[in-house]
Amino acid sequence: MVFFYAPLDADQGFVQKIFYVHVPMAIVALVGFVAGGICAAMYLRTRETKWDMRSYVTIHISVILAVGVLVTGSIWARASWGHWWVWDEPMLVSFLIVFLLYATYWPLRFSLEDKEKQARYASVFAIVAGAFVPLNFAAVRMAEQYIHPETFATTTGGMPGKFALTFVVALIGMALLFITMIKYEMASKHATFRLRALRRKLAGDDDELTLTGRSAAPQL
Amino acid sequence: MLPALPLDEAGKYVAGAYLVFLLLILIYVAIMASKLSKIEQEVVAIAELVERRGSGADAEKAPPRPPPAAPRARKEPVK
Repeated sequence: MVFFYAPLDADQGFVQKIFYVHVPMAIVALVGFVAGGICAAMYLRTRETKWDMRSYVTIHISVILAVGVLVTGSIWARASWGHWWVWDEPMLVSFLIVFLLYATYWPLRFSLEDKEKQARYASVFAIVAGAFVPLNFAAVRMAEQYIHPETFATTTGGMPGKFALTFVVALIGMALLFITMIKYEMASKHATFRLRALRRKLAGDDDELTLTGRSAAPQL
Repeated sequence: MLPALPLDEAGKYVAGAYLVFLLLILIYVAIMASKLSKIEQEVVAIAELVERRGSGADAEKAPPRPPPAAPRARKEPVK
């Protein structure tokens, strides 16, 4: 659809095709960060480890997508503006700040040995950072200096039909990919922990659920 | 903003962006495949452990064998 259905953009030409991978990835990553915060709030409310695990995995996948957003955005900026990175641009810098903020999530978790404390502190971090994401987005939209295009602009009439349909399909595809990656990661983590526990149990270890060595990942 | 790039020049940027996306997915899949192989190793180790335990339990349950007969004392030749 991106290459055969969506028409060429009158302003940017063929380079605009990057939009269909860059923007859905950014939206899904940001929604993922917020979802991670919601899961963390659920952990603090219920104290069930599964919510900590969901928060951890959602943030993990969102950070992977955020790397893609930064790289594809940089390529688009080079083609469109002639620079790989523009420090004056609020949208770019704010996304970089969000990415760097979430990059500290693993060191934070790894620095705490006590698993209960680790889950609690990481949950508080995920809630605060998750709340920062929409606030940051709104602040950037209100900024005056702006050369980054707006996806959901209402003053300019929004996207024409074929562009919009292609974008919606790309967004749904990216969301489904995100959900698949989360399911895959969760299944892998569950299987690993269950197997380790079973092995320790069979080996006759009393403390069968304790992992050897420190880990940033939550423990089921 | 710069004027729109011609197709031959823009193509490399678009291809680059989509390749980055593909590469990210491929790296993720490769990492998950290595994790899966670790899980498989763990399953094999557990299966071996269960098998060893099972054979050990069978050995314990089996009726005790009679002690082996004492070797006969050889008669000293009478001189």
